[in-house]
Amino acid sequence: MAESVLMKGNEALAEAAIRAGCRYYFGYPITPQNEISEYMARRLGEEGGVFVQAESEVAAINMVYGAAGAGGRVLISSSSPGISLMQEGISYIAGSELPCVLINMARGGPGLGGIQPSQSDYFQATKGGGHGDYRLVVYGPATIQEACDLMAHAFEVADEYRNPVMILGDGMIGQMMEPVSFPDRPEKPRLPEKPWATTGNAGRKSNLVSSILLDPEQLDAHNWQIQAKYTEIEKTEKKALVLYGDDSEWFFVAYGTVARICQSVVNRLRKEGVKVGLVRPVSLWPFPDYAFDQVVDRAKGFLCVEMSTGQMVEDVKLAVAGRKIVRFYGRTGGAVPHPRDVERRLRDMIAGKVPSVTDYWDKVGGVRA
Amino acid sequence: MKVVYQRPKSLYNAATSYCPGCTHGIAHRLVAEVIDELGIQGRTVGVASVGCSVFAYNVFDVDFQQAAHGRAPAVATGIKRVRPECIVFTYQGDGDLASIGMAEIVHAAVRGENITVIFINNAIYGMTGGQMAPTTLVGQKTTTSPFGRDPKLQGYPLKVSELLATIEGARYVARCSLHNPANIQKARQAIRKAFVNQVEGKGFSLVELLSTCSTNWGMTPQAALKWLEEKMIPEFPLGELRNEEGPVA
Repeated sequence: MAESVLMKGNEALAEAAIRAGCRYYFGYPITPQNEISEYMARRLGEEGGVFVQAESEVAAINMVYGAAGAGGRVLISSSSPGISLMQEGISYIAGSELPCVLINMARGGPGLGGIQPSQSDYFQATKGGGHGDYRLVVYGPATIQEACDLMAHAFEVADEYRNPVMILGDGMIGQMMEPVSFPDRPEKPRLPEKPWATTGNAGRKSNLVSSILLDPEQLDAHNWQIQAKYTEIEKTEKKALVLYGDDSEWFFVAYGTVARICQSVVNRLRKEGVKVGLVRPVSLWPFPDYAFDQVVDRAKGFLCVEMSTGQMVEDVKLAVAGRKIVRFYGRTGGAVPHPRDVERRLRDMIAGKVPSVTDYWDKVGGVRA
Repeated sequence: MKVVYQRPKSLYNAATSYCPGCTHGIAHRLVAEVIDELGIQGRTVGVASVGCSVFAYNVFDVDFQQAAHGRAPAVATGIKRVRPECIVFTYQGDGDLASIGMAEIVHAAVRGENITVIFINNAIYGMTGGQMAPTTLVGQKTTTSPFGRDPKLQGYPLKVSELLATIEGARYVARCSLHNPANIQKARQAIRKAFVNQVEGKGFSLVELLSTCSTNWGMTPQAALKWLEEKMIPEFPLGELRNEEGPVA
């Protein structure tokens, strides 16, 4: 490992992508992820790559479609409203089975919302997002280092399965600075052959990148072939980290930056002897249900904490499958859950109390039974 | 016996999905002849749009990507930036290019993307069944302008080529017509120029081809050709609207 450098999340991710062999980036300005575009505008030329500032997110994602179809290793980034605009293109990319990596540095919605960190795009990211039956592989890193470590893997998964992969961060991951170290350069990025790419038909039959199949039988077969691919991804790509899984009775469930807040609460409560742990999904799709199976027998309950009104909690409930109670605490629109309130919510849950958020330090925030 | 005409190498020996009397077939043949003539079949990548030409890849024997509605110039940008050695062209209708894809075509020209655009203007949405297009003439009846296009309600026809000709990055913009052999030959020369420009690295080149849609115009093919000549050409004058010799400085 090389030495650690202090970097802003957005810039670190851009550098990680370049080190992972990404040479093409298309984007459109939107806060809080502009440093990715700005970094790529400076750096990609040095690496013999191409940066294009598109006229819109709609154009940007379609440039990605063209570039990925032509065999390039392509990155695109945006934040929530911009990602919404890209959904049609993402659906085409998934339908045409093209590889690319997307970064969503999520901000609060709905609508124009705000520019502060949020996790309210979980449904959009993990349940398809655009039209048709498809999935993105989605990773929710909790630190800048983890985000960078996931980048090369994201490109490899995208190439292996010919499917878009999303790094779902939030404004906090993008905007804060942390020490990060990149793997040493000599290790050459794995760039597979892409015999299906549109590179000109010299010496072979013509290639076609397309998602249109007007014949219902063909479209049905195409859909089930894509689903078979997702079944394979579910076998290999589920990933979660469990903290104090061996002796905990109560578990926080949180991903991304919120997991770090929960972890600080776990550390404090543990000093008091409260048997509390943390389940932190790293892959958001496929959802790491196996992690719940590992701890559910000795667990008394799970408290899902999100910067949303409760989205991942639905997957937590599916994973726990009624075996134990699942409760929720969330803040939205850029408001970050306060550790005191996260702790209070857990204490209420342990006590079997119906919480009243007016008792909470922040006086606001949503709870779900 | 001497061969005086044969199917261009860059076309498959396949039936098109176009209606009888449609001029898409002529436009396809002209593009394929130019590709053959320039010897670029093996490095050409086409981008099909949404509309009647959505299945253009079933006709052209070159690599193809099928683009979302209006986004062909963005897709072509992505391809060309990854494969600058490839000759990349889009084939788009007036609904695709002049309505939903207006931002993409304008900004591809602004960036001076070194691509070739074949723009079919038949003043109507063909594939979806004859709705009003931005290029529909004043008074022209369509399924969504059943009483004729009224400028007070629907504005005037959009002149895309004139608009694009004002853009510095556009190096060649021409409008031709496919209504008779003499004009078809002129169209062929314009298409050739638009591809040669790309081969020479000059930048964005577009050829607008006035075309017929006898099915949705509700005319015989002969009447449609006559209507094109008498009604469309006065509204959309033919000629080179921009022809810059060098690449963008």
